[in-house]
Order: sequence, then C-alpha cells, then structure tokens
Amino acid sequence: MSGHHHHHDHDHDHDNHFTPIEARVKALETLMVAKGYVDPAALDAIIDTYETKIGPRNGARVVARAWSDPAFAARLKADGSAAVAELGYGGRGGEHIVAVFNTPEEHNLIVCTLCSCYPWPVLGLPPVWYKCPPYRSKAVIDPRGVLADFGVTLPQGQSIRVWDSTAETRFIVIPMRPVGTEGWSEEKLASIVSRDSMIGTGLAVVEAQS
Amino acid sequence: MSQPDLAAALAADTPIPRDADGPVFAEPWQAQAFALVVALQNKGVFTADEWAQALGAEIAEAVAEGGCRDGSDYYERWCEALEHLLIDKGLTSHAGVDALAASWARAAEATPHGKPIVLENDPERER
Repeated sequence: MSGHHHHHDHDHDHDNHFTPIEARVKALETLMVAKGYVDPAALDAIIDTYETKIGPRNGARVVARAWSDPAFAARLKADGSAAVAELGYGGRGGEHIVAVFNTPEEHNLIVCTLCSCYPWPVLGLPPVWYKCPPYRSKAVIDPRGVLADFGVTLPQGQSIRVWDSTAETRFIVIPMRPVGTEGWSEEKLASIVSRDSMIGTGLAVVEAQS
Repeated sequence: MSQPDLAAALAADTPIPRDADGPVFAEPWQAQAFALVVALQNKGVFTADEWAQALGAEIAEAVAEGGCRDGSDYYERWCEALEHLLIDKGLTSHAGVDALAASWARAAEATPHGKPIVLENDPERER
C-alpha cells in the first residue's frame, strides 16, 4: 500500500499517515466542503447517528457474554483479541484488544493521550470527546474529575486505573454487572451496556422501571 | 437523522454491509465515505436513484473482474462510485482528486504526533 513503516518507538505514528483510500476520502470531503455542499458538522452528525449506535453493540455483546460465561470471561482476560474473535469481531490485524475488568476495588478508564487509538472492532468509532485534548489530558491528570464530568461518582476506596491506548494495544473496559440482573439473557444484559461504560466514563446500570 | 435518509442511502440494489440496526463499518474512513454520500443526497447534489446506479455500476464492474465477492472491498467501490458521480456532475476531475489526495497524504506525514491532521500541514501546498 505504501512505503510507510511502523516504528515501535512511535506507537502513534500510524495516526499521522493516510492510506491511499483514506487520503482520497479526505480529498472528496474537502472538495465538497469547499463547494459548500457539505458541512463538516453534518458529516459528524451522520457518522455519530449511524456509527456510535452500531459499533458499541459488539462490545456490549462481549461484556454480556463475559458476565454470563465465566469460562469466556477467563479467556477474555487472558487474550482479549482471541476471545472477541470467538464472537466474530476482529481488527485489521496487529492490534491487540485487552479487556480490563472493573472490580469493587478498581475502576478502569481508557484514553489515548496522543491521538485517538480506540478498539474499533468492539466499540466502533470513538466519540468526539474521546479525540479532544481536554479529555486526553484530564483523564491522566484527574480521572476522578473526568468521571464527575460524566456524572459518575465512584464509591470511596475504589481506585481508578487509567490505560493509555496505543496503535498496538486497544483497551475495552468490562464494567461490573449490576445487581438485579440475575437470570437475564445475554441479549438483555447487552442492552444495559453503554459505550461509555466500556470506555470507563460510565457504569452499566439498570434503569429504574417507570 | 431520520429514517428516510437512511432509506435513500440504502436505495441501491446492491446490499450495504449491515446488521439488524444499520450499516456496519470496519474502519473510520468507511463511515466518512458513507456519511459523505448521505450528506450529498440530503443536499440534493445527486438523487438516491443516481447514487444507486453509480454504485451498482461500480460493483457490477468489480464483480465482473472477480472482486467484491465477500463484500470486503465494498467501500472501495463506494468511494469510486462517488468520485465518478461527482466527475459526471462536473464537480471535480480525476486530476483534481488525485492532487488533493496527494496533498492530504503529505499533510498527514508532516503532522507532528498527536496533532490533528490538517491540509495546511502539507509542505508543498500553495499558500
């Protein structure tokens, strides 16, 4: 495809390289924006509508399976890429998916401090805020403050571990299974797993029945 | 985004890779290309029918040449269809897209790690 070589001392340099097709899509977009036919914000809105709704459902199925099947959870912990491949999810190779499990003692939060590395195969495209500098820096400096921004308060005594994604290693948070979900089907369990809960900026919660 | 937009985008006879809830994308550029087509239809730059014909023709050509069997190159065909349709409409040219794509590629390489890639970073860009 190109003469670009990946250097392992720069985990993130993949982000500063466009494959020919990526460059072509950007070119078409630029042309249409310049002509006033396309508003970049409208494109973001379309992508958000179609992609954020769809991509994270893969991850939600992974979480629901892990909650339901201890043997799967163990495999997921040992080798995330292999375990998610059991469900048919995989990347374009080279990226390892690492599942980090929340526990009563430790909450996990994922970030990519240098760009926007993200586990596409299980979560789809990253949300806009994930790519923004404020999140990327604050997640490291003040993770508890980030959670507060998202309306999440952790119990005292639960520490926060921040995982910095790279081109090679992408993390997915496995949230804790909420109480009151005993006996639920995997499908029903998956429905309460939000994208944010798999980034660590949210929790899996059972909505109060109205 | 309302359902009719999606219906229009999916009007092509050729099935889009999707699951029960909508289109699925393997990589971000595919979502960008998808969104671009939806936005251009919303703006009336081309109709759903014109898009269906353009994409259908591109895929038929690829299938005739032995490609597009498993759908893995679906969005490559999608991009070609878009480019050809815009050229047919007189909105751009192959050379124009080539030049701009090359500029984006140079801009990406010239962008420091962790910084957003913007076209202005192309060292050869005319100012």
